[in-house]
Amino acid sequence: MQTSIKWLKDYVDFEQSPEQIADMLTMAGVPVENVVTLGEGIEKVVTGKIMDITKHPNADKLVVCQLNVGGEENIQIVTGAQNVRVGQTVPVCLVGAKLPSGITIKKGKLRGELSLGMLCSASELNLDQSMLTAEQKEGIYILPEGTPLGQDIKETLGLNDSILEFELTANRADCFCVLGLAREVGVLTGNAVTRPILNLSENDEKVADLAKVTIEEPSLCPRFTARVIKNVKVGASPEWMKQRLQDAGIRSINNVVDITNFVMLEMGQPMHAYDYDLVSGHHLHVRRALEGEVLTTLDDVKRTLTSEMLVIADDVKAVGLAGVMGGLATEVTDATTTVFLEAAAFNSASVRRTGRKLGLRSEASGRFERGVDVAAISAAIDRAAALMAELCGGTVVQGIVDEYPGFALPTQITVEAEAIRNHIGAPIPTQTMVDILTRLEFAVTEENDKLSVVVPSWRGDCTVMADLAEEVARVYGFDNIPVKMPESAMASGGQSYQQTIVDRVTAILAGCGMNEAMSFAFSHPQAFDKLNIEADSTLRSAIPIMNPITEEFPILRTTLLGNMLDMVSRNISRKNEDLKLFEIGSVFLPKALPLTELPTEKTELCGVLYGRRYPTLWNQTKDVVDFYDAKGIVERILAGLGINAYTIEAGSHPSFHPGKTAVVTACGKVIGHIGEVHPKVLEAYSIPKAAYIFYLSIEVLAELSSLIPKYQSLPKYPAVTRDLAFVVSTDVTSEAMKEVILANGGQYLQRAEVFDVYMGAQVGEGMKSVAYSLFFQSAEKTLTDAELEEPYQKILTALSEKCGAEIRK
Amino acid sequence: MEQQLKELRESAVIELAKADSLDMLNDLRVKYLGKKGSLTSILRGMGALSAEERPRIGQIVNEIRAELEGVIEAKGTELKEAELTKRLASERIDVTLPGRQPSEGHRHPLTLTLERIKEIFMQLGFTVAEGPEVEQDYYNFELLNLPKDHPARDMQDSFYITEEILLRTHTSPIQARTMQAANPNDPVKIIAPGKVYRRDYDATHSPMFTQVEGLLIDKNISFADLKGTLELFIHQMFGDNVGVRFRPSFFPFTEPSAEVDISCVICGGKGCRVCKGTGWLEILGSGMVHPNVLKMNNFDPEKVSGFAFGMGVERIAMLLYGIDDLRLFYDNDLRFLRQF
Repeated sequence: MQTSIKWLKDYVDFEQSPEQIADMLTMAGVPVENVVTLGEGIEKVVTGKIMDITKHPNADKLVVCQLNVGGEENIQIVTGAQNVRVGQTVPVCLVGAKLPSGITIKKGKLRGELSLGMLCSASELNLDQSMLTAEQKEGIYILPEGTPLGQDIKETLGLNDSILEFELTANRADCFCVLGLAREVGVLTGNAVTRPILNLSENDEKVADLAKVTIEEPSLCPRFTARVIKNVKVGASPEWMKQRLQDAGIRSINNVVDITNFVMLEMGQPMHAYDYDLVSGHHLHVRRALEGEVLTTLDDVKRTLTSEMLVIADDVKAVGLAGVMGGLATEVTDATTTVFLEAAAFNSASVRRTGRKLGLRSEASGRFERGVDVAAISAAIDRAAALMAELCGGTVVQGIVDEYPGFALPTQITVEAEAIRNHIGAPIPTQTMVDILTRLEFAVTEENDKLSVVVPSWRGDCTVMADLAEEVARVYGFDNIPVKMPESAMASGGQSYQQTIVDRVTAILAGCGMNEAMSFAFSHPQAFDKLNIEADSTLRSAIPIMNPITEEFPILRTTLLGNMLDMVSRNISRKNEDLKLFEIGSVFLPKALPLTELPTEKTELCGVLYGRRYPTLWNQTKDVVDFYDAKGIVERILAGLGINAYTIEAGSHPSFHPGKTAVVTACGKVIGHIGEVHPKVLEAYSIPKAAYIFYLSIEVLAELSSLIPKYQSLPKYPAVTRDLAFVVSTDVTSEAMKEVILANGGQYLQRAEVFDVYMGAQVGEGMKSVAYSLFFQSAEKTLTDAELEEPYQKILTALSEKCGAEIRK
Repeated sequence: MEQQLKELRESAVIELAKADSLDMLNDLRVKYLGKKGSLTSILRGMGALSAEERPRIGQIVNEIRAELEGVIEAKGTELKEAELTKRLASERIDVTLPGRQPSEGHRHPLTLTLERIKEIFMQLGFTVAEGPEVEQDYYNFELLNLPKDHPARDMQDSFYITEEILLRTHTSPIQARTMQAANPNDPVKIIAPGKVYRRDYDATHSPMFTQVEGLLIDKNISFADLKGTLELFIHQMFGDNVGVRFRPSFFPFTEPSAEVDISCVICGGKGCRVCKGTGWLEILGSGMVHPNVLKMNNFDPEKVSGFAFGMGVERIAMLLYGIDDLRLFYDNDLRFLRQF
């Protein structure tokens, strides 16, 4: 919605500047998005009549014009324009004139001929191109005949004005017209609003004899009014009307169509004018379209309709899409003499659905979607008929056809003034509330501080006390409402345990040098192939989105892996080649497809390591990350969450290297996997070098975690350390050996930790050397060598028997 | 002998003065004061002296010994100092080379921003609530006073999965879920952060983004409480000097509704590109919970009232950190992630 300040002032006077009035409206819930000052930068441009044109003596493409600019003497201007003729009135830049482009016109000579200014085009005056006809866009802008001479062009073209562009909220349908806006200005400035006076004279024919209306779908059309206007002469609208339409951003078509648009802009009621003689049976029906019925709309587009859509039809054919756009076949043309005028209301949801289905929106449909003032429809059609009599020479046939199945009594709200005060939290006197509501044209009666309010017909958005509170508050001023803190009972704020775990894990990972990433919850089914996920995996039953944002993202992700590897690939392509990234996010697992109930949402953690272990600095080693870096981080997380009894052993995962994959379990539950990304997967994601992933379930971590560790008293006696190296087959895992050591090390053995692994010539093919540090300690005494001899021997024997390990000599 | 001692003292003093290393000093100490040293050998000759002479010479010897010991100690300190200075000079490093930083990771700027928001509200006694990202139309729209075909649904173009299930377009369904789970009319005091989804993808819209919802319901809650709570939040978040204004607006689930603007943190309210010359930045939507929403969720609007608010975490993070492109949050370029 947009209007000019001048148009607003036709109905309500105010002294405020356009910017001030815009700010007042914005702060009262009628937001002005933009104030456009017309004619900005134009100075000393006036209207002038071309009195004479002669050929330029020295140039073929130039002519010399003599112009009457309202002064005693004509002035001479040389121009290269092709469209100038004697007798035309045109915009003339006098010497010293300024144009919006910033140029200043100087006195000059063109090929020897004196030129005291410049004739100018529409684009040089920065006129809105969408409002111009094809001729007006070319060459010098030709003004209508009879334009006064020597007049400031800003006056002539209505450029000494400002346009307010509104960004109205969905509830304020009443502000989609200039009178509605004037009402708001009146309330905010305290000035009176003058409504246009209706001057309607009718002939003595009865409209009922000439026209009929039948509403076949009363639930979708609460009211339909019609009038017939005879003897209209279709032609151009007067300049003032063209100007008003232009102020609102609408192009002039002809006087009949312009009147329907003008009344819509003025009063908010869309209308449509049919050529009466082209309406079969002079009978309009409001009905559903037939399935597959075809209608060519005013924009000359052939549209195939469905039975969901509401049409206006005559006795044989559809003549318009109800509330959206009229039909081409019955439009008003220069040949029209009798107008069948419609002003109606249509169900907003129905208009919205039809418009969306056809991808068609119009000024009318926008207003019907928000809802029009049904009670005021007859006033609007009267106004339009009176204008057609005045401006098109029409004769108005007596009476209105008025089908009104949706008649409803006005809404009434009874409320204690105190309830409004409590809702707002401000000590607004009852009388102030009554004043505000009355200025907004609510009918208010007050008794014992209780308000009885009749809501005006255009305020369908007001139905309960809170709506009245809003009206009072926005006019009273949100700024004037005091500021206080709620006096609610003390509450212990906090977050859920799982949120705490997520925070803790995020902090641990950041402490491990990992960078947190976030990616969209969308994915593509191809990701499952790229990730080498088995054909029968449940991960492949992902939830499809009906209307995805792009072809790239048709499903909701069931795993974080794909997004993570995309991220790695994208970073590598940008030369970020040492990566430590993680994401904690949701995956969506349907219980059945298509969805009949909400899916299971799981929170998972995916981390990736790629490239060098340390930053590429002079003082760091150039080692690259490996499996054990990923495993170390997982161990750090587990320790940080107090999960001590866990197992990390060889496992399998379709996306990981079969020989470099581990599964992490605790208390019989799988927490997740660690692994090197499978070479096929790396290739699918164009990742050139090995990447390592850890993938854990946040839910399982949360379930197993215990964030408060149990203190263990410090030992009073020293520990004894023994280092032992064993030669063993490479098939034997260090974890298996450690278990044997711990099982046979006796009561004093506290820990056994690998401190070296060696493979090579010294131990022979297929063998490795694994060295352990064993820590013995007693809570009661200092251990002697003799006491350690027995467990020591038992360990050697057991390792030899169970693992084939021999002590390394 | 006296003469001999005098010469010995003099030559010792001269030689000690010349000593330029601790080794040399030690050699001289041995030469003069050692068991086989000069002074010792003179002492050995004392047996030939008379009884009167002996104590006198003895005293002279002791005096010389004390003097030389003093000189050696002083010289030793001096030489140690010199040697240390020399060693320190030779150990000079280039302190301008980069330091060996412990490997450091970074949390996402949205996580950091959300953490600040959560902290402020948790201190005010709000509990952090959560809800599903795939949501029923019923919770996302209908229980929030947005029946099907409500024009305001256009403001939030949604990703649908079925006719009745969609990706939540805002965190507001958590309001409904929380109220439904609570005892009717009991106080509710929650914030609800989470990912939300709308079908918009350009420089200023992301199909997934982060919102924080807030809801407080109790007896006698008014718009003045909403103003107080949100002003306090904004001052904690952006500083006490930031201006706040409440501008009437429309949301189907609140009445009255207000957009909350802060004075532009970039230009201080003078008008710039970021605030489009207005001096104000819109940062959250709020309002008094609509009585219909209370009723639909089993609360009695005659007995309790409440306020609700919602904010975009990306927007706040962009203002806090001066980030100028929304898309960076989900692009995950390491050079971006490392800055926070």
